[in-house]
Amino acid sequence: MTDITVRLAALREPAPASIFPGVLDRTGLADHYVTRPSPLGPVFVAFTSRGISLVDLAAVPEAFAARYRARFGRPVLPAAEPPAPLAAALRKALAEGRTGRLPLDLTGLSHFQEAVLHKAAEIPPGEVRPYSWVAGEIGHPGSERAVGNALAANPVPLVVPCHRVVRADGRLGRYSLGTDDNKRLLLEAEGLEVAAHESLAARGVRYLGSATTGVYCHPTCRHARRITARHRMEFRDARAARAAGYRPCRDCRPKAA
Amino acid sequence: MRTKTNTAVGGLAAELAHDRDAAFPRLVRTLQDGLFAGALRLTGSRTDAEEITQESFVRAYRALKSYPDERVRELRVREWLWTITLNLCRNRARARARRPEAPSGEDPAVPDPAPGPEQQALVTADRESLERHLARLPWAIRAALVLRYVADLPYAEIATALDRPVGTVRSDVHRGLQRLRQSLEEES
Repeated sequence: MTDITVRLAALREPAPASIFPGVLDRTGLADHYVTRPSPLGPVFVAFTSRGISLVDLAAVPEAFAARYRARFGRPVLPAAEPPAPLAAALRKALAEGRTGRLPLDLTGLSHFQEAVLHKAAEIPPGEVRPYSWVAGEIGHPGSERAVGNALAANPVPLVVPCHRVVRADGRLGRYSLGTDDNKRLLLEAEGLEVAAHESLAARGVRYLGSATTGVYCHPTCRHARRITARHRMEFRDARAARAAGYRPCRDCRPKAA
Repeated sequence: MRTKTNTAVGGLAAELAHDRDAAFPRLVRTLQDGLFAGALRLTGSRTDAEEITQESFVRAYRALKSYPDERVRELRVREWLWTITLNLCRNRARARARRPEAPSGEDPAVPDPAPGPEQQALVTADRESLERHLARLPWAIRAALVLRYVADLPYAEIATALDRPVGTVRSDVHRGLQRLRQSLEEES
């Protein structure tokens, strides 16, 4: 007969899978998700007690839940609605394209990644900024590649508009939500004339200046878009703008020479 | 094995003190298998064990939210959870004893899926007789045995969880093993 202590140990059974989600649900720690319409089709939006934790496209809820679990090690359950304040902020973020005060749960991201996402959230709808601008703004000039990686790993696309950060040469660059083409689709849905932006950048134009105000901007800045053709100046870089006597826009903050 | 489990629990108190909500899911994941396995052997019912395991975590969470950080940092997390679970198991056993018509041990253990049918029947019979004899032991002895061999807790942690001296726990475990061997031999 096998030793009794071994036989006792053999009575051990793993906990049923229902315990973990049950406890999280009863302690109010369970994560939930809702679906929302978007220009890319319905998106799944998950939230914790802290805020939005994941936004993703998925064919079926099971696929989204599986991905959530793989990423966070926690289950995610369907919800009818997020808590009222969150629901209002989410509506605003998706409808107007402004993150505003929408609470985000970015637990697990590095300080650098968080800084990149918060900076991207400042870009107004219909406007774009180069990767190098984000890098400079968060105090890491020259690290645009790391900025690109941080944006590619953005867990909350759409609500943090990483699609508004593009390459300086006019190409749109990578996009994390579905295919790279979705980036163009989202920008066009926001009213950006992507083709015009691309051809301007392809000609080597980085900034536009107004001969009446003496201010230069990123070409998609709302101030730049108001410059009439007659007064519009094109600059290859900040040095050229400065040499012509222009100062950087206070809103879109192009690089100073 | 034991060292491994200790490492898993290690750092939990500090993490909880820092951020209850962020660390609590890890607490559940780390301790649920041991607590459930123990509760199952102490109640003899899968339904009871599942309810009790959940309830222990929920109570622990509420307590954690009310404790100041310093107190959480000092917590011996696994022993503390076991104290809660043991109380719930004991209360459940007492309630069952008062209402003898209530079913207990209603669900038979799920047999090991691996071996062939005849061998499986043997394993199941073997298991059931061990469970039956274990269930007949007095509470303190049974609790000590289950915590030691089913939940794989070191003596020091069992002593804390049961609030008894380590020496007493050791001798309870020893006596429990003797009695189990004896009653199993008498049966065969």
